[in-house]
Amino acid sequence: MIRLARGLAAAGVLGLNRRNAQYTLALNPRHLYPLVDDKLRTKQLAARAGIAVPELYGVIEIERQVRDVHALMAPHSEFVVKPAQGSGGDGILVISGRSGDCYRKVDGELISRSDLEHHVSGILSGMYSLGGQPDRALFEYRVQFAPVFEAISYRGVPDIRIIVFLGVPVMSMVRLPTRASGGKANLHQGAIGAGIDIATGTTVNAVRANSQIGRHPDTGNPLTSIVIPGWESLLMLASSCHALSGLGYQGVDIVLDRDKGPLILELNARPGLNIQIANGDGLLRRLRRVERDGRDLASPAARVQFAREHFAAVVPSVI
Amino acid sequence: MNMRRLYLLSGLLAGIALATFAYKSLVLGFPLLPDARSEYWNLEVSVDFTPGDEPVQVSLQIPESSSRFAVMDENFISRGYGLMTRRTDSGRQAVWSSRMDEGEKTLYYRARIRRLPAGGVGAQPPAPEVGVPEPDEVSGPLADAVIEEVRARSADTESLTRELIAQLHRSQPDENVALLLGEAPTGLRAMSVAARLLVRAGIPARVVHGIRLQEQRQLLAPVHWLEVLIEDRWWSFMGAAGESLPDEFFPWWRGDQPPVRFRGVTSQSYHFAISRSAEMAVTAAIEGGRIRHPLLAEFSLFRLPLETQAIYQILLMVPLGVLLLVIMRNVIGVKTFGTFMPVLIALAFRETQLLWGIVLFCIVVGMGLAVRLYLERLKLLMVPRLASVLIVVILLMAVLSLLSHRMGLERGLSVALFPMVILAMTIERMSIVWEERGAAEAFRQGMGSLFVAVLAYGVMTRETLEHLVFVFPELLLLVLAATLLLGRYTGYRLLELYRFRVLARE
Repeated sequence: MIRLARGLAAAGVLGLNRRNAQYTLALNPRHLYPLVDDKLRTKQLAARAGIAVPELYGVIEIERQVRDVHALMAPHSEFVVKPAQGSGGDGILVISGRSGDCYRKVDGELISRSDLEHHVSGILSGMYSLGGQPDRALFEYRVQFAPVFEAISYRGVPDIRIIVFLGVPVMSMVRLPTRASGGKANLHQGAIGAGIDIATGTTVNAVRANSQIGRHPDTGNPLTSIVIPGWESLLMLASSCHALSGLGYQGVDIVLDRDKGPLILELNARPGLNIQIANGDGLLRRLRRVERDGRDLASPAARVQFAREHFAAVVPSVI
Repeated sequence: MNMRRLYLLSGLLAGIALATFAYKSLVLGFPLLPDARSEYWNLEVSVDFTPGDEPVQVSLQIPESSSRFAVMDENFISRGYGLMTRRTDSGRQAVWSSRMDEGEKTLYYRARIRRLPAGGVGAQPPAPEVGVPEPDEVSGPLADAVIEEVRARSADTESLTRELIAQLHRSQPDENVALLLGEAPTGLRAMSVAARLLVRAGIPARVVHGIRLQEQRQLLAPVHWLEVLIEDRWWSFMGAAGESLPDEFFPWWRGDQPPVRFRGVTSQSYHFAISRSAEMAVTAAIEGGRIRHPLLAEFSLFRLPLETQAIYQILLMVPLGVLLLVIMRNVIGVKTFGTFMPVLIALAFRETQLLWGIVLFCIVVGMGLAVRLYLERLKLLMVPRLASVLIVVILLMAVLSLLSHRMGLERGLSVALFPMVILAMTIERMSIVWEERGAAEAFRQGMGSLFVAVLAYGVMTRETLEHLVFVFPELLLLVLAATLLLGRYTGYRLLELYRFRVLARE
């Protein structure tokens, strides 16, 4: 057991206690949390800073407005409804079209107008928000997924998570939905996490439920050596989120849109640690490296440069 | 980093705790371990009668504190009756009276008796000569003859008393003694005669009526012995051999009176009952101990009223449970529902007993979860949904209590002690985890919570620990110091070693 602890320390694995004590508690001031916990505020902030986010169609804040939702969404045939303070992808409803008076969900199921109203009411009552406090419902642009992950995701939303420490992107992975995860990109629900080499933007290693896998269980396609187009711009986008939120240690979630390129989905003040397993590498050494040499890098470009130089994947793809 | 400040603060707290602890235990002699000999007993007398046409008066002999026993928390249950307590020749008396009453009536007297650990068992310091009979003249010559005979065969008051008792208890007593005892003498009669004879001989003596402090005797009869004043101390003589009194005998009243006297009633009876009450043993140890220091004694928790003490006895154990919880969560990495839920459940286990507690907890949570998962389909809004779960939990608890009561399982009633809001929140969180992460994860976290609750129960019910934190509450500063330090523990959690094991390098 002690040997295991030493082994983890040698690999620079970051534990939950250390992440909390030395990174999130120390570098993420509490008053900034609402900025990232509330997706509406994140979105407004990002839009003001010129950072690309899915376009906001409208917000429903009080129960009385719920009936107006149909008029509000009339111009858009496709849209996404999500709680502003939701977590783990709960309460997100993706509408891909209409059929008469009904809305069509991505899986083809039709829901009535009152079903949609009920869903919005549920969001307002805080059904999906963190502490159960009243929430707002956001209506936004439905992302048209870039084809890069099409072969290795089962429905749902593959998103790219980049850990940004003091503005430097230190580690990254893409979360791929599976049939078992119900199309959700949550690792603990059975989604696949594939580590991405910061230097090249290539997937190097993939895990599911803590064990390495080579191919997607539903599509059968190889998970590694997928090159993400425009990797440099993704890193730039992630790096600029440091100034945006003010958080020293954060997880940036990005989706790739076919037409609009990378868009920021949300920021996370307490990003999980499973990304280390997906990359087959610990975070701690990279964080220390940034603390030592990467503090004074002024521009996002310099920070991205620093990251690509120092955080190239050490573990070649294992298949 | 402010680590130095943290170490300093923790060190300071630990220092204060240990210094006070050392001073109290080494210098003041506060006991480190609960005294096994000291005990609490609950005493109850019930008096049944049917009032007649005249005003009713019932007088009951009630015990009083001595150097060996403390009588406290006295409680008289006597609806509709006037109550007065007074001192008489035979000790304390409670007198209930009523001008008019009808129908069968039961009056209760309840008290808690503490056996004090200190003090000699054989003799007591002089007390007022309660219950010493008046010398009577009627059977004078007869009595004098017996006294003379016994005196001739003894050396001092003690041997005289023994000899006298032996004479009176003989199966074939001699003529004079037989006349004094009358027909079919009882043990009580023999002791009563002995007291009168001794008084006549100029030796203060009295009959004592008491009970034996024994576990769970529902109907117990008073026992009787003799007390004789020898060299300013009352000595007890018991039984035919005049043995000294074992210390489990509790003296109740003295003299020739019966324990209860009735006036104006048509039928009457009375019962004594006694039961051990263990929860206050710690208090007993302390008060019987050597706490003489005025200041510290003043600030001791033992100055609080008994009920409040009982509450603090439980409350002071909570920090230990919480420390355990911190260790389990932050060092081991066990996942639990709600931060302090396991500790609160452990508190409930204290009342229900462990096995029953676990069974009841599983039943309530399991059934609540089933209902909650059904409610999920109704797509209720959050607050009404939580409220519904809470209502269901309370109904479940009521049904469980009813069922177990009907089946004669009184333990099931204690389900009411479960913190129902906590249970409702547990069910809510468990169902969310169930939805989001699957049944296996919900089950794992549920088991984790239960596991920590059982451990916390184990820690929080250790009698030695209970005694320590109650007598030395400053030790909780030590717990605080440890908790503060754990607040900056940045090492791996034990279960993380397993989680990240694939990443380990040689």
